[in-house]
Amino acid sequence: MNWLNICALTDIPQLGARIVEGPKGDIAIFRTSSDEVFALDDRCPHKHGPLSQGIVFGKTVACPLHNWQIALDSGEAIAPDVGCAHKYPVKIEEGRVFLVLQKSTHRDTRIIASTTAA
Amino acid sequence: MKKLKLVLIGNGMAGVRTLEELFKLAPDLYDVTVFGAEPHPNYNRILLSPVLAGEQTFEEIVLNNLAWYAEHNIELHLHRKVVEIDRGNRRVIAEDGTVAEYDRLIIATGSTPFILPIPGKDLQGVIGYRDIADTQAMIDTATTHRHAVVIGGGLLGLEAANGLKLRGMDVTVVHIGDWLMERQLDKTAGKLLQTALESRGLKFLLPKQTAELLDDGNGRVRAVRFAEGDEVPADLVVMAAGIRPNYALAESAGLACNRGLTVDDTMRTSDPNIFSIGECAAHRGIAYGLVAPLFEQAKVCANHLAMQGTAEYHGSVTSTKLKVTGIDLFSAGDFMGGDGCEEITLSDPIGGIYKKLVIRDDILVGACLYGDTADGGWYFRQIRENHNVSEIRDLLMFGEHAIGDAGHQGQDKAMLMSDEMEVCGCNGVCKGTIVKAITENNLLSVDEVKKHTKAASSCGSCTGLVEQILINTVGGAADVKPKSEKPVCNCTDHTHGVVRQAIREQHLITIPQAIAALGWKTPNGCATCRPALNYYLISTWPGEAKDDPQSRFINERAHANIQKDGTYSVIPRMWGGVTNAAELRRIADVADKYNVPMVKVTGGQRIDLLGIKKQDLPGVWKDLDMPCGHAYGKSIRTVKTCVGSEFCRFGTQNSTQMGIDLEHAMFGMWSPHKVKFAVSGCPRNCAESGIKDVGIIGVDSGWELYVGGNGGIKTEAGEFFTKVKTAEEVMEYSLAFIELYRQEAFYLERTVHYMHRVGLEHIKKAVLDDEERRRALYQQLLFALSLEQDPWKERIEQTALKKEFERIPVAAL
Repeated sequence: MNWLNICALTDIPQLGARIVEGPKGDIAIFRTSSDEVFALDDRCPHKHGPLSQGIVFGKTVACPLHNWQIALDSGEAIAPDVGCAHKYPVKIEEGRVFLVLQKSTHRDTRIIASTTAA
Repeated sequence: MKKLKLVLIGNGMAGVRTLEELFKLAPDLYDVTVFGAEPHPNYNRILLSPVLAGEQTFEEIVLNNLAWYAEHNIELHLHRKVVEIDRGNRRVIAEDGTVAEYDRLIIATGSTPFILPIPGKDLQGVIGYRDIADTQAMIDTATTHRHAVVIGGGLLGLEAANGLKLRGMDVTVVHIGDWLMERQLDKTAGKLLQTALESRGLKFLLPKQTAELLDDGNGRVRAVRFAEGDEVPADLVVMAAGIRPNYALAESAGLACNRGLTVDDTMRTSDPNIFSIGECAAHRGIAYGLVAPLFEQAKVCANHLAMQGTAEYHGSVTSTKLKVTGIDLFSAGDFMGGDGCEEITLSDPIGGIYKKLVIRDDILVGACLYGDTADGGWYFRQIRENHNVSEIRDLLMFGEHAIGDAGHQGQDKAMLMSDEMEVCGCNGVCKGTIVKAITENNLLSVDEVKKHTKAASSCGSCTGLVEQILINTVGGAADVKPKSEKPVCNCTDHTHGVVRQAIREQHLITIPQAIAALGWKTPNGCATCRPALNYYLISTWPGEAKDDPQSRFINERAHANIQKDGTYSVIPRMWGGVTNAAELRRIADVADKYNVPMVKVTGGQRIDLLGIKKQDLPGVWKDLDMPCGHAYGKSIRTVKTCVGSEFCRFGTQNSTQMGIDLEHAMFGMWSPHKVKFAVSGCPRNCAESGIKDVGIIGVDSGWELYVGGNGGIKTEAGEFFTKVKTAEEVMEYSLAFIELYRQEAFYLERTVHYMHRVGLEHIKKAVLDDEERRRALYQQLLFALSLEQDPWKERIEQTALKKEFERIPVAAL
């Protein structure tokens, strides 16, 4: 995996986000109150609102356009809404935030896992 | 940690609802065991009537299937009646010897039908109407027998009679009262109902007292004999003469009982480890038999089981809706009236419409509607919210529609709407979709409907209509509360009022402090409560509480208005709507330089530059070199003015200057919601002062002030507030009013809604009658405003604040 050194953790406000100009569109990097960091496509699955501009609480962001709630750790909309903003691998090392530009495949693996379980 | 043991006796709607509420708050606190006397999982008992009538099946009314119990690891004992509570050893014992230990116990044994103590009551073919078994017995009997007698002309009896008639039986209803449903209807409505049901083929005998049930010689009922000695044939007798709380088990365990199992405001019985809710519980002497109160109780009970210990139950105002298809009937509150009450009635016996409203001390306390129940939800809301109705009294009878409602809130009445008609114009949701979502998902509150359908989730103007649809669909089970009684959001059980008070009294100045002091259930709130908390803190403690940008909606963080494509609109301040050639040139230059796709004049007499990229905002502001217009915030928006006496040949006062001065004075003000002013120079009112939060109209002898107007979702004309002589007085009075609003209103409450909630008299008392208070309010606002800077200027000058607008480019990686 090609980890890119993006910014300092402190460049992202707590309970806030910054935008990274990804090659295939903007990526929103969120920071929670407990300094966890998550990266999602900056497009709400509903009407493509910029999630980076939403209010962050817990591990959730509320889209600024129509208040869809998106789980930061999965990118999935919170029920009863259905949809998913794609997720990117992200990590913090020595106060710096690192990002991989390829999308995570978490969604595919999860679908396989649940199919197997059934 | 070892889990505590929770036992629920009674697998019905009240008990299981408590478990559902508990799992929301504390999913892992307890190992749960449930005993149910019936062999079925929890089903919707209020829908037994549609099952009897053949409109729904048993499967359709199941609320929690067996998979739900398994999913929550509940040990479920169906068809097992608990016969003993051994409080000494904290365990319960069932009929078959099953024993379960408890740390906490919920008794939700419901009620049993009252069986008249008359000869023949034990004959075959004599039943109550309570559960699936009774319903099945009625359905079976209808296929083999002809004559049915229902004893009791109340809600349950009539629904049973209607169902049996639809199943093909010949049905007679025997009622001891003078008219039907005397606990829900007055005499006139009761008689109308009887006529309507007679036209469907039901027969009625009333007032009539049943003396005896006669044996056919084989142990089955054959007839009913009355006190006068006359008889009617009966193969089936349904006793629907009321219900009795089922608390014998609790009483035998030594718990305090008085016409029900006595509970306090936390739903605890006399044993602190034992709770009781639902029809078996007597709260302040009342055992409720309707579903809405049970659900309120369930919430309180779950709160205490989850060890939160904050919720209290204070009793319920109930409403009733008869579930007989094609008959519209609604009653709520104290509809019988009596001493100290005034009644307004509308009676159209030929058209089959009857309405009665009961008013006490200028407050609507009861409503009884027959034939046209479209406004039932609205009346119910008025009753619950204790609104003073003296000013709308002459229109009250004609419903919400009549009360100056130009919006679509009451234009289409829920009952009359077809399924295809649109309810929510913002999200394109029609009535059928809402009704379907309500019935399929057992929704009971407007919030749930919002989540599932998106109706009423944008501008909110159809909230009242959605509420009506909800009430019409689920009747009394609807959870409809005014904002003043609702929790701020799901993070807390506290209302806006309680939160505001705590922030003031406990001198809370940060969001983490407030969340900790008020026992929030979430670590950092949510997108609903954080902006409210932030506003309450900064408006209560100006200079002390620090604004939290992350708790503000994006518009107030970016200081521009987000658009559907993620770009922003920029509206520079033009004091009083006055501009000049230099400003217009700069605006034109900015439009060229940044390729602004649209330049538009707003309704508030300003110029809007639309389609600006976020990263361009600081540059646009700098090039404009004009103050922030605050057109994006819960803030002072604009003071709209007419030309006034400087140029206008009709002008009596210099309205333009008054507007400029007001706008300067309030610059940078944050408020619960947006605030709009207008100043007109004469009664022709060209600035439309009548529909502004504060509207000022110059007259020859001074200025008239109007408050609480609104030109938005629902047009509201402002109320005349006062008349003053000088411009200085206009300033002091109107700013004092705004400061009172800032201090007392709930977040996202416009002045009109604030005014309706607290009453104009309350506002007049503070601002007009009390000179000292007025001065103080005025000074408080000036102090708060003295701390505000121009947010655009700050972001042009301070590098740290610019970060919000900077993107992280890939090239730099």
